Amino acid sequence: MLTRKTQDKFLLAATWAAATVTILFLLWVVWHVLSNGLSFVTWEFITSSYTRIGEASGIWPMIVSTVYMVVLTLSIATPIGIMTAIYLTEYAKPGSKIVQVIRFCIESLAGIPSIVYGLFGMTFFVTTLGLGFSILAGSLTLSILILPVIIRTTEEALMAVPMSYREGGYALGSSKIYTIWRLILPSAMPGIITAIILSIGRVIGESAPVFLTAGMVTKIPESVLDSGRTLTVHLYKLTQELFSQNEWDQAYATATVLIVLVLFLNLITKLIATRYAKKSY
Amino acid sequence: MNIGNKSLPQTAQSIPTKKRDWIGIFFHILFICSALVGVFSLATIVWFLFSEGLPAFRQAGVLDLVFGDLWLPPALFGIFPMIVASLASTIGAVIVGVPVALFTAVFLAELAPQWLANIVRPAVELLAGIPSVVYGFFGLVIIVPAIEVIFNIPAGNTILAGIIVLAIMILPTVITISETSLRALPPVYKEGALALGASNIYSIFKVLIPAAKSGILTAIALGVARALGETMAIIMVMGNAPAMPGSLLDPARTLTANIAMEMSYATGIHASALYATGIVLLVFIVILNAVILYINKKRAY
Repeated sequence: MLTRKTQDKFLLAATWAAATVTILFLLWVVWHVLSNGLSFVTWEFITSSYTRIGEASGIWPMIVSTVYMVVLTLSIATPIGIMTAIYLTEYAKPGSKIVQVIRFCIESLAGIPSIVYGLFGMTFFVTTLGLGFSILAGSLTLSILILPVIIRTTEEALMAVPMSYREGGYALGSSKIYTIWRLILPSAMPGIITAIILSIGRVIGESAPVFLTAGMVTKIPESVLDSGRTLTVHLYKLTQELFSQNEWDQAYATATVLIVLVLFLNLITKLIATRYAKKSY
Repeated sequence: MNIGNKSLPQTAQSIPTKKRDWIGIFFHILFICSALVGVFSLATIVWFLFSEGLPAFRQAGVLDLVFGDLWLPPALFGIFPMIVASLASTIGAVIVGVPVALFTAVFLAELAPQWLANIVRPAVELLAGIPSVVYGFFGLVIIVPAIEVIFNIPAGNTILAGIIVLAIMILPTVITISETSLRALPPVYKEGALALGASNIYSIFKVLIPAAKSGILTAIALGVARALGETMAIIMVMGNAPAMPGSLLDPARTLTANIAMEMSYATGIHASALYATGIVLLVFIVILNAVILYINKKRAY
């Protein structure tokens, strides 16, 4: 048997090794993509349209589709999510039957694999409601998918607002809705913005439910009823046809754009978190 | 709101005046309706899943569909190879990923110097944010060719490649939740162990980890859910042959991949069979959630 000291040393080494492995994998993924892709991310690549063959292929239509998708999804899901969170924290009696039902449903929604959302979205929004493969169908599907994230994060932000704010508001004779609007929501704002940024990340990152509902047409969508290909779907399609060097370069460049976007979103979240932490103390 | 205008102080009961606060009522109703959107969404999804999937079960038979070996739409709809592939890749990812994640969580919660933890933690969060297609792409260009070379096989698109990619992808989930549950333990646990003369490492591994067991199990269960539900990265690295895999070095198609690959052109009973695939996938998720619920019920000490 090993002595206790050797055991300790072994376990300590194992934790350091594990953390190193985690970091190395992250660095490897990020570095491999950036080092192969960064030089191909030119202004031209970002702003020109996709031509499939030749050197001039860009990702502008995919950027437009992704932005459409993010904006539309958030404008559907954010109000509903925030209002649900307000209902759960400010109105509903904690532990009542209806709260239990709502919470159960939100938790279940969070557990459904995203491909099932795609399956559902394709039959319900695309076919049954007749929206066709469109940004709108994709956004509606993703709205349900990100709803749990928005509700939970907003709820936490609302619950972190001190009770005295509410009491103060009511003591001054403010109505409930006025107190929520003028006192509770503003002080929960950093948390709500974090929820929104998290959702932006989710919408940008999803691919399976998106290509089943929004399709993969490479044109710039002219309206929300047009089909569009988002950046992640584009990267997926590119990897299905990696034949020439040009296609490899495009795939690396697209992956680079995605990673840079994620880095950027993480940075904003961090900035909000630190600024808010400084303010409150 | 204009309390100042009211000349006389009012009693508490008289404050809600007869002028009913219509705006307040309107918003109250609006908030309730919003909260019910989630309920209706879930109901619609479940209803669609079952009404679309049941015809396939009815036509092929539940046992033939779940345990059938052959997927030859529109004639045969056996999804057992996909069940095996999903379970193999998920269990493999857990075996490879969870030890690394757990040790990293211990490192972050207990052993790392503050400055180092402040670098590793954001890195883990970043790992969580990277889109799954990027992991799939990485797997395709690095892991798949590496498997071809190491095992000297013609195509590296195998279950093994899927396991490695999924193992990386579940790291952030398992690390973050395990770390949180380790940090949530009252400090007296460790202080007590140290006071009894146990070493720092001994008290972490023999006192703290057992104490945080339920949180760690929840973390693992959520990792399993992520691995089981992952679609695009798996499609990109696992080869997608709908045949029964014989070993880890065979290509395979998971339940999620089966849906994603064929849904865009499937019609009739074929589409219904894909819904049935979704139902089977959901059954696994429900079982997993029941496990999480059971773990957390037991946690209520």
